Amino acid sequence: MPEPVLTTRGVTRIYEMGEIEVQALRGVDFELMESEFLVLVGASGSGKSTLMNILGGLDRPTDGTVHFRDRELTRASDRELTEYRRNHVGFIFQFYNLMPSLTARENVALVTEITRDPMPADEALALVGLEHRLDHFPSQLSGGEQQRVAVARAIAKRPELLLCDEPTGALDYRSGVVVLEVIERVNRELGTATAVITHNAPISAMASRVVTLHDGAIDEERHNETRAPASEIRW
Amino acid sequence: MRFSPSALDRKLIRDLKGMLGQGITISLVVAAGISGFLTLRATYSSLLESRDQYYEEYRFGDVFAQLDRAPESVAERLESVPGVALVHTRVAESARILMEGPAQTPQALILSLPPGGDAPLNQVLLREGRWPGAGESDEALLLDTFAERWEVAAGDTLGVVMNGSLRSVRITGLATSPEFIYPMPPGGALIPDDERFAVLWMDRRGMAPIFRMEGAFNDVVVRMNPGALEREVLAGIDGVLEPYGGRGAVGRDLQPSNFILDGELEQLRQFSTVVPIIFLGVAAFLLNMVLSRLLHLQRTQVAALKALGYHDSEVGLHYLKMTLGVVIAGSVLGVVLGWYLGRAMTLFYGNFFGFPILGFRMGWRAPLAGILIAGGAGVIGAFTALRKILALSPAEAMSPEPPARYRPTLPERMGLGRLVGPMGRMVLRELGRRPLRTGLSALGIALAIAIVVVGRFSEDAMNYLMEEQFYRAWRENVTVAFTGPTPERAIREIAALPGVAHAEGMRVTSVRMYAGHRWRDVPLQGYPDEVRLRQLLDADGRLRAFPEEGVVITEKLGEVLGIAPGDSVRVTLREGRPGEATLRITGTVDEMLGMQGHMRLGDLNALLAEGPVVSQALVQIDPRDVEALEARLMEWPGVLDVASRDALVERFREQSAEMLTVMTLILTLFASVIAAGVVYNNARVAVSMRERDLASLRVLGFSRREISTVLLGEMGVQVLIAIPPGLWIGHRLCVWIAGTVDPERYRLPVVLSAETYGFAVSVILVAATASALLVRRKLDRLDLIGVLKTRE
Repeated sequence: MPEPVLTTRGVTRIYEMGEIEVQALRGVDFELMESEFLVLVGASGSGKSTLMNILGGLDRPTDGTVHFRDRELTRASDRELTEYRRNHVGFIFQFYNLMPSLTARENVALVTEITRDPMPADEALALVGLEHRLDHFPSQLSGGEQQRVAVARAIAKRPELLLCDEPTGALDYRSGVVVLEVIERVNRELGTATAVITHNAPISAMASRVVTLHDGAIDEERHNETRAPASEIRW
Repeated sequence: MRFSPSALDRKLIRDLKGMLGQGITISLVVAAGISGFLTLRATYSSLLESRDQYYEEYRFGDVFAQLDRAPESVAERLESVPGVALVHTRVAESARILMEGPAQTPQALILSLPPGGDAPLNQVLLREGRWPGAGESDEALLLDTFAERWEVAAGDTLGVVMNGSLRSVRITGLATSPEFIYPMPPGGALIPDDERFAVLWMDRRGMAPIFRMEGAFNDVVVRMNPGALEREVLAGIDGVLEPYGGRGAVGRDLQPSNFILDGELEQLRQFSTVVPIIFLGVAAFLLNMVLSRLLHLQRTQVAALKALGYHDSEVGLHYLKMTLGVVIAGSVLGVVLGWYLGRAMTLFYGNFFGFPILGFRMGWRAPLAGILIAGGAGVIGAFTALRKILALSPAEAMSPEPPARYRPTLPERMGLGRLVGPMGRMVLRELGRRPLRTGLSALGIALAIAIVVVGRFSEDAMNYLMEEQFYRAWRENVTVAFTGPTPERAIREIAALPGVAHAEGMRVTSVRMYAGHRWRDVPLQGYPDEVRLRQLLDADGRLRAFPEEGVVITEKLGEVLGIAPGDSVRVTLREGRPGEATLRITGTVDEMLGMQGHMRLGDLNALLAEGPVVSQALVQIDPRDVEALEARLMEWPGVLDVASRDALVERFREQSAEMLTVMTLILTLFASVIAAGVVYNNARVAVSMRERDLASLRVLGFSRREISTVLLGEMGVQVLIAIPPGLWIGHRLCVWIAGTVDPERYRLPVVLSAETYGFAVSVILVAATASALLVRRKLDRLDLIGVLKTRE
C-alpha cells in the first residue's frame, strides 16, 4: 500500500487584494501518494496554482495543515521550507523560469550544486533528450527545449515530488507532448510522485488519479483504469 | 586545479557583463565621487604638510617687527620677553633696481645675512649659485621669482640704488625663503608682485655701512616658546621696541606672504572639506537609488532562486557580490584616479607656491572612508530593494506585480487632460502614480545639477568680488604709494601731469583697535571731503555714504570686537603721534574684503596730529598715458610704488584664476560624470520596467516614435522638474561653503552668474539628450514577440 507523501487538511487561502478579499482555497483535504501520477484540473481561478504553491512550500495556507510525510510544513520556518524545496521538491513552471544568463548545463548545475545526492547535470539533460544542447543559453533554445531544461533542473536533485504548474501552457502541441513524455518517463523510471496542474483536460488521461478543483474546493476525484501514454494525447 | 566558479557565480559574472553600460556608468559615478573626495583631501593635506615642513625646516619666524633703528644690545632685552625663544635681528632697507627699459625701476628689499648665510630664523634657501662673500658690499643673492621674471642668472650684475647712490651688485646666487613664498612689496600691497618687487640678501657686515646701520638693526624675527600666548609676546616686543620707532609687531598670520598663502590654502580648504563631502554624499545617494531600482528588476529571478531551494542568505550574498562588483570597480578607479589627480594637483600647486619640499601623501584613511561611504550606500540601496523582494513568498514574487493603480492626475481632473492626448496622459499618470519614485529621480538629477553649480561657484564669487572691488569700489586706474606722509601739494602736482583726468589723496595708517580684552590690527583709511574715486559698498553692492564724522567700520570688525555704532574704541597709533586715542564708531558697512575703518582725511590727520598730508594718490588717467605716468612718477623721490589697476587685476587673475581654473575644471568634470550617470541609469531602468507596456503599444500599432514619446516624455518631465530645485540646492550649498570661509579675511558673496546656472542646466540637458538617444536605440530594438511571450 503506497504511503501519502503529501497530506493537506482543511487548507484555506485568502488573499487580500487592496480592499477586497479573495478566497482562493476553501478547506481542501488532499493526498499525494508515493510514485503516483496525479493531474489537477480546473478552470482558471479554481485555486490550482495556489494549492500547488502551498504544496511546494512556496506559499503558506491561511488555515489548515500540510504534512510532507510526517513533517508539518505549516509549522516550518522559512529556513526549513527552503530546505524542503531544496532537497525534496522539483518544480516546473509555465514560464520555465530559467536564468537567462546561464547555459542549459549551468541552469541545472544551479540546483545540483546545492543538493545532497544529485545526478550529474549532463545526465539529467540527457534524460530529457538535450545532451546535444548543453552549452546553449535559454535565448538559443526553443520554448519546448527551455521547458525540458526546466524539467532536467527539477529532476536532477532526484526529488521525492515533482510539481508541474501548467508545464505545457506556453508551448505548442508538439513541444508540449515531448515535455509530457519526459515527465511521464521520470515518474515511471524514478518513481517520483508527480502532480501536474493544467486546465487542459485531455492531459488528465495520462494520470493515475485526476482531481478536479472548482472555486477553491475539490469537486471531483477519479481513478483512471488505464493510463494513456503522453504520445497519444491530443488537444 | 582549474578554478571553476559555481553556477550562481557564473550568473553573477554574466549578469555583470550584461549590464555593462549601466555597470560602467554606476562605477563612474562612484569613481567620480571617490576621486573628487580623495583628490581634494589629499591635495590640501599634502600642501599643508609641505608648507609646515618648509616653514619648520627653514625656521620661519612666529613674530615679525620693524622699527626705525635700535642698537644690537636691545636684542637681549627682546630675548628676555616672556614667551620668546629666539630672536634674530636684521637690517632691512629698501632700494631700487635699475633694469633695462623705460621706467623699469623695481623696488627691492635688501635683507642682511649673518656670516655664512646661516640665519637662525627665516633661513634662506639657496637655489643656485653661492653665498655672498663675507664682508662683501657688492654681492647679493636675488629672489628667485624676480630672477625668473627678468631672466637674471647667477653671475649677472645689477645696478641698485642704495641709500641714494647707484652701486653695481653681482648676483652670486638665486634664493628664496619662507617669508617670500609670495613676494609682497612692502607698504600694504594687496597682491604679490614678482615683476616690480625683488629681495636682495647681502652680507650684514658688507651691507650695514651703506645704510649706516653698523651695530644696529631695524627688523626682528622672533620664535616663540611652544605654548606662549602670541598677544602677550606681541605686547612685550612692542613695549621693548616702542622707544626705537617700533611699528608694531605682528604674528605669523599677518606676515604678508603667509597671509596670502593662508588665503589661497583657505580656498583649497573649502574645496577639500565641504565639497568632497557633497560629492561623496551625492554619489552615495545616486548609487543607492540606482542599485535599488536595478535589483527591483531582478524580482522574478530572486523568486525562482528561492523556489529552487536557495536560502535568503545565499540569494543576498549573490546580490551583495553583484553590488560590490560595481562598487569595487568604481572605488578602485576612484582611488587610482584620486591618487593621480591629487599628486598632479599637489605638484601643480606646490610649484605654484614654490615649495622646495613637496610630499604627496594620501594615507589609507581617506580612501578607506571614501570606499566605505560609497560601498555602504550602494549595499544599503541594493538591500532595501532586495529585502522587499525576499520578504515576499516566492509564489508572490514570481507572479506579475499586481496591476498598478493609475488614476487621473491633477491636471486631468482640472479638465486639461484633453489637451495632452493619450500619450501625454500616460506620461502624466506614470509620473503621478509613483510620486516618490518620480521625486527621488528628480532629486537625483537636481543634486547632479547642484554639484555642477558648486563646481563653478568660486570662479563666480571671485569675478564678482573683483568687479565690485576693483571697478566699483575703486574707480582710480593708477594708485601711487608714497614712502611716507606727503603734503597734499603732491596731489595737485600729479593732477597737472599729462593725461591725468582727476587725482585725489588718501591716507592709510595701521592701528590696533581695542574693545575690552579683544583687539585687532586694522588699517584706518582717510578720504578727502569731496571723494570721487572711492565708494563704500556693502556685500549686496549697495552704495553707502562716507562718514561725516567718526569712523565707519567693517560690520565683521564690529562683530569681532563687540562694538556698535555709538560706541567708542581705544586705538594704538603707530604713526605721527604714537600713543593711544579714542575713536567714535558712527556706522558699519558690510564689506566683502578684510576689516578696516573709514573716516575723513582731515579727522585722520588730526588724530595723528599731522597737517594736511596723504600717503597715497588715486589717479584717474587715460589708459594710454598710464605707462608714461609710471615712468615719470618713479623718478619722484617720495614715491614708493606706482600700481596700475589693470596690471593689478591681471596679476590677481593670474594668481587666483590659475588656481581656480584647475579646480573648477576637475569639479565640473566629476559633476558632469555624476549627472550623466544618473540620467542614463534612470532611463535604462525605466526601459526595463516598462518594456512590456511599450511592446504592447507597438503591437497595437503605435510607431517607435510614439512609444519613445511616452518614455522620453517621462524622462523629460523628470529633468525639467529637477532644474529649479537643482539650481536652488546648488545655491544653498554655495551659501554653506561660503559660510566655512574665514570670515575675518573675506565674506564670500554668493552671487552665481547666469552663465553658471546656464552651464549647469546645459550639462544636464546634454546628459539627458545623450541618454535619450541611447534609450531610443534600445526601444527601436524592442523584441515585440519575445517581450509579450514571457511573463513579467
